[in-house]
Amino acid sequence: MIRTLEDLREFKIQQEERSRQEKADKQAKILVGMGTCGIAAGAQEVYEAICDELRQQGIEDVVVAQTGCIGFCAQEPLAEVILPDRQVLYGHIDAEKARKIVTDHIAGGQVITEWAVNGGSLLPKEQQAEAEIVNVGDVPFFKTQVRIALKNCGVINPESLGEYIARDGYQSLAKVLTEMTPADVIEEVKKSGLRGRGGGGFSTGMKWEFAHKQPPGQKYIVCNADEGDPGAFMDRSILEGDPHSVVEGMAIGAYAIGANKGYVYCRAEYPIAVKRLNLAISQAKEQGLLGENILGTDFSFDLEVRLGAGAFVCGEETALLASIEGERGEPRLRPPYPAVSGLWGKPTIINNVETFANIAPIIRRGSDWFGSIGSENSKGTKVFALAGEINNIGLAEIPMGTTLREVIFDIGGGIPEGKQFKGAQTGGPSGGCIPAEFLDTPIDYDNLAKLGTIMGSGGLIIMAEDTCMVDLARFFLDFTQEESCGKCPPCRVGTTVMLDMLNRIVEGKGEVEDLEKLKELGENIKAASLCGLGQTAPNPVLSTMRYFWEEYEEHVRDKKCRAGVCTALFQYYIIPEKCKRCGICAKVCPVKCISGDRQTPYVIDQELCIKCGACMEACPFDSIIKQ
Amino acid sequence: MLNVTIDGQKLQVKEGTTILEACELVGVEIPTLCHLKHLAPEGSCRMCVVEVEGARDLKVSCATVCGEGMNITTMNEKIHAWRRFIVEMLLADHNIDCFSCSDTGKCKLYQYALDYGIREPRFKVQPRDWQIDDTNRFFDYDPHKCILCRRCVRVCNDRQVNHTLNLSGRGIDTVVGMPFNELFIDSNCVSCGNCVSVCPTGALATKASKNYRSWELAKTRTTCSYCAVGCQMDLLVKKGKVVGVEPADGHSNKGLLCVKGKFAYKFIDHPDRLTTPLIRKDGELQPASWDEALDYVVDNLQKIKTESGPDAIAGFSSSRTTNEDNYTFMKMMRGAIGTNSVDNCARV
Amino acid sequence: MAGLAITLGSGAMTNSVAEVADADVIFLIGSNPTEAHPVMGAQIRQARKRGAKLIVADPRVIDLAKEATVHLQLTPGTNIALLNGMMHTIITEGLMDKEYVENQTEGFDALWEIVKDYTPEKAAEICGIDPEDLKFAARLYASGERAPIYYCLVVTEHSTGTSGVMSISNLALLCGNVGKYAAGVNPLRGQNNVQGACDMGAIPAMYSGYQKVSDPDIRAKFSKAWGVELPSTPGLTSIEAMNRAVTGEVRAIYIMGENPMLSDPNTAHVEKALRNLDFFVVQDIFLTETAELADVVLPATCFAEKEGTFTNTERRVQRVRKAVDGPGESREDWAILAEIMRRMGFDPGFTSSREIMDEIARLTPSFGGISHNRLETDPVQWPCPTPDHPGTPYLHKGQFSRGERALFRPSPYIPSGELPDDEYPMLLSTGRLLYHYNTPTMTGKTEELMEIEGRSFIEINPVDAAKHGLSQGGRVKVSSRRGQIESEARVTERVPEGVVFMPFHFADGSANVLTSSEVDSISQTPEYKVCAVKVEKATHQSA
Repeated sequence: MIRTLEDLREFKIQQEERSRQEKADKQAKILVGMGTCGIAAGAQEVYEAICDELRQQGIEDVVVAQTGCIGFCAQEPLAEVILPDRQVLYGHIDAEKARKIVTDHIAGGQVITEWAVNGGSLLPKEQQAEAEIVNVGDVPFFKTQVRIALKNCGVINPESLGEYIARDGYQSLAKVLTEMTPADVIEEVKKSGLRGRGGGGFSTGMKWEFAHKQPPGQKYIVCNADEGDPGAFMDRSILEGDPHSVVEGMAIGAYAIGANKGYVYCRAEYPIAVKRLNLAISQAKEQGLLGENILGTDFSFDLEVRLGAGAFVCGEETALLASIEGERGEPRLRPPYPAVSGLWGKPTIINNVETFANIAPIIRRGSDWFGSIGSENSKGTKVFALAGEINNIGLAEIPMGTTLREVIFDIGGGIPEGKQFKGAQTGGPSGGCIPAEFLDTPIDYDNLAKLGTIMGSGGLIIMAEDTCMVDLARFFLDFTQEESCGKCPPCRVGTTVMLDMLNRIVEGKGEVEDLEKLKELGENIKAASLCGLGQTAPNPVLSTMRYFWEEYEEHVRDKKCRAGVCTALFQYYIIPEKCKRCGICAKVCPVKCISGDRQTPYVIDQELCIKCGACMEACPFDSIIKQ
Repeated sequence: MLNVTIDGQKLQVKEGTTILEACELVGVEIPTLCHLKHLAPEGSCRMCVVEVEGARDLKVSCATVCGEGMNITTMNEKIHAWRRFIVEMLLADHNIDCFSCSDTGKCKLYQYALDYGIREPRFKVQPRDWQIDDTNRFFDYDPHKCILCRRCVRVCNDRQVNHTLNLSGRGIDTVVGMPFNELFIDSNCVSCGNCVSVCPTGALATKASKNYRSWELAKTRTTCSYCAVGCQMDLLVKKGKVVGVEPADGHSNKGLLCVKGKFAYKFIDHPDRLTTPLIRKDGELQPASWDEALDYVVDNLQKIKTESGPDAIAGFSSSRTTNEDNYTFMKMMRGAIGTNSVDNCARV
Repeated sequence: MAGLAITLGSGAMTNSVAEVADADVIFLIGSNPTEAHPVMGAQIRQARKRGAKLIVADPRVIDLAKEATVHLQLTPGTNIALLNGMMHTIITEGLMDKEYVENQTEGFDALWEIVKDYTPEKAAEICGIDPEDLKFAARLYASGERAPIYYCLVVTEHSTGTSGVMSISNLALLCGNVGKYAAGVNPLRGQNNVQGACDMGAIPAMYSGYQKVSDPDIRAKFSKAWGVELPSTPGLTSIEAMNRAVTGEVRAIYIMGENPMLSDPNTAHVEKALRNLDFFVVQDIFLTETAELADVVLPATCFAEKEGTFTNTERRVQRVRKAVDGPGESREDWAILAEIMRRMGFDPGFTSSREIMDEIARLTPSFGGISHNRLETDPVQWPCPTPDHPGTPYLHKGQFSRGERALFRPSPYIPSGELPDDEYPMLLSTGRLLYHYNTPTMTGKTEELMEIEGRSFIEINPVDAAKHGLSQGGRVKVSSRRGQIESEARVTERVPEGVVFMPFHFADGSANVLTSSEVDSISQTPEYKVCAVKVEKATHQSA
């Protein structure tokens, strides 16, 4: 039990001693990235293969450990071989490769350069074998990242409290409990300039201050871990990779506002996150870092995980509270804000996972340090989940003010297959898109707002030239329309009316007047909806209309989709002059709508064609076009 | 007290007064759909917006509390357009069936469509295939006419606290109903009818209301004649017949009624009602004139009083009739007959 | 009625219905408001939802029992033992309101003298409940800042009903719960205007406003106003009148708007009494089972066809207004009575309902400030002595109607007059259903209600059902010392073993054929609630 500050110090020293001992005893350590992304890619088999191979070869002085998401999801499964002199991060490994790594690298001392992310794996095939091994931190994907919220992710074993404490864990909680008043904590967080990482971007310190100023009594602190944006997985990775950072951040917040009870509202679709979080909570309780009289002070704090059933709207704070209360998850009117009247009518602070993960570092290293990172009004870093048409799919934590170009091209490695960048969607279905002309805009809350989008929780979806922006808007609206809670008419009916219109447009049944109606509806829904979901639901449509108006016009006026996505608006066509009459197209056609023979050029029956594109892909002579 | 200005009119209101309540005080009517007295405001229908000087957006008046010095505008172009948009959205997802709908004449959606100048809806959402539930004995439920103001759900859960109605589905498929798509007859519904009373459209309508339109009705405020809670209610009368009951906002019922108060009014014009005095002749009760009957009563009472004294006569008054009837009864027994043997069923 | 008049000085509900919204502990004893007073029941549920604690004492698992903080499922007829046991706990654990008891009550020593024998263990044993539950309930009630008690027929309709009411009053006084907002002792009256009928003096010993007929000054006042000499001895209660009709001492009965053939216990006795009369008048809206026995039946108008007032359970006088004309030649009750008085050579002194209320106000201090005019906009609660008096939302504020101090009037537990024995092994309890109201004279005319609940049934515990070979929906023969009926079995855990329940609404299998005419020694209320019966499978199983 850690009952006092002294106990905590002692515990840390023991941990450090233990890892020193481990380093002295063992020649190597192998870390396997076992977040959901890694496990989905086969990390479990890799982990078992490594252990098995070591056993078979009788190697005993190697530690194998799991860690959270290392961040470079595109390269999963990832395993890092840590030797005293250097670290090698192997990507795209499988059980077979894992055994070979043990044999060659561990037993044989031979680095397999072409599989190493910090070696040749990212290079063109022909250069891979000759590549030099560089520091992992010098790999472009990692090089410009600044890791605060993710500092332990991919480094420590998320299921070990000791490893967390060894890396200064719970020092900040100890500091606030013994050296700071709640007001001091709030002042420090305010001074740091930390703004909510869930999307709203409201000053965390100020929010805490509201709740702090409410008369003493029952108060609650809630962590919003209901990450629901398609393509966003920042929060999941933090919970899977460093759950104690969230527990510690919440405890500090609870102390600041005077809460003794907290809830983490996490979606049930994140079983690993839930498992590790529950483990972290029970470890902290066992050690006395949660519960009654923490570290011998008057402060008591209990934490509980509540599972969400996967409704997007439950990420909205008031809907989330309703859901915790056991009511149907739908938003309530604000004001009163939760800081005044939240869970069961009591003052409640709701912050996002990433926000909480920033708290302990701010307390430990000070608001000045935090404030030195980032741009003028947006301090610190932001974790983005890179997804879509981008090479290095993964998590990137960047200082605020980094440009989109750096994120996409330096960290993200650019667009696959040399395609042209078309736009980036931030803020998920509530956000908007940023076209190529703004690639050099520094990313922060205010700049994104000026571009008509939002920071959001950190989803960053990259679109290339072959993305249809009308279809993209339709996709997001389809999502929000489906996820609307149905409480207020603008969102419930409005998004449906808009979606119907977009469906007609992509089917080639749109009319020119529809575009103005669509815009009008979008503006009205934004203004009149009850909650943030409805107020932002039209954003993807409005922002694509703002930057890609001509694509909309083409869809309704010319019945054309330049990206070749809207199947009703193009046909596959065999150029008779180029057709070599090989018949491969007819063979692959799943609906048998291509006819011809050795004598006559092949022809597609447009009535029957389902536009799957198989013929075009199969044609060895590029005789088939889309138009 | 707070000073506020509504459309240029200055007034003082108590702390905690909502803008909507303040508007009522000065007789400014604000359109509302989800709002209902005694239900916690939830601001979901978005109809009741007004402009507050200095505020960024329009405010829902039902849930916004007055602040000192607030300057409120209840109608301008922006407000009109906003409200019109709401009505337009609701109409886009409504079975517009006003000719045969029993709510025609009192339907709020109909009224607001008129008020905000919508003749022909510009948008139409594909109607869903909801089940019409006519299994309750007193009322029918047609989800196609529901505008999801949720008054019914709130009155059922927060005021009747019977937890029968709830919401299921999401987005455009959100629907009021019972858990697991139960029908009323299979549910725990107690037929209090409070959901029907608060429905602003024809989605929840009494079966009886098929036969009248609101403009044909006269309303009489009275006190329920069943249990002793003393609920206030309006009897709806068409052509001299009670055809329905609406709850009123009485001190003890605050807008609620139970199944008896709401629906058990058919005894009033029941054919079995007594219409003429009856006198037993030859062992049978036979119709008689009032004169005949009253004289018969008086003669017999006086005869027995003379023969055996007034205490040979006893009277049981009724806990069902009015105070005035009871007072008259005891005055008759004590004053005219001369006995204190008067009782009522207080004990039974 | 009588119980509270003795202890507090007024028999009416002390507080207002809507005050329950602000209660923090609600004690419901022998009352099933979600069925008998549904709108009250809804308000209790609202309070519960808001977080108020709820204690339910009832032999049956009534709906509110399922939502209760604690349900005391006591044996029918053991209320007094329960209340005494609770008071024992409150006193011995030092939870009583000492200051209140010292300054505002008298008779505490006498109370303790009786209550001291009712240790929680003993009381719980009598009631057949867990002593821990009893103690928990006692502590919970005593902890309430605003703790109203609601009770109903179940308490009063026992042979020891008045003692039961006084015991409730004792408990409330012990915790200082009388004379303040959202608290009090609150009988939920059965019929819409039972409060008004009593208020108006339709009781043997009092004129309107509980002015005693035996008081010469009062009598002189009425004499003068009515211009006639008035009798000074209290008259007969309805039960006594029935008894004397059997013996022939009472020769004529005039019944206005009641149906004792169905509503009174021991139907056979009632029928005998009524058939024995020389002259029998019934004034009603339907030809009821009782009217069928009458010599003269006079057609009256119903509430929708007349002007007047009802007084609800919280003493609020509210207007009744005419919406439609009465059928045929029917007349308003008061007008029929006034015409009879006239023909007897007695001037009734009024020509409209409005004028009657003016006379009531003139002669009745507690109604002094009430008139139809005022009620149009301001339905006040009596006492309301003057036109500028605001009415009285809750009684006994500062001072009891009784005087300076309220009275503790304790009673020992006396077992019910008729307890189960070998021949009649089950306890029968009767009560109301949501869908009906007393005799179904009115609700029975709404066919939809009859479709929902249209026939007599008997609730019986599955264990007892098995013991007697009864199955769900099967026909049952139920008999008591007074008669036998057939009904339909409803096998349910709503009733505990050894207890059966029947609604008293239905003429087919009328429960009151079985019930006893044991009466409470003070109020003369018949004992409907408890009688011993036996149940058997009926020979004919078709309905």
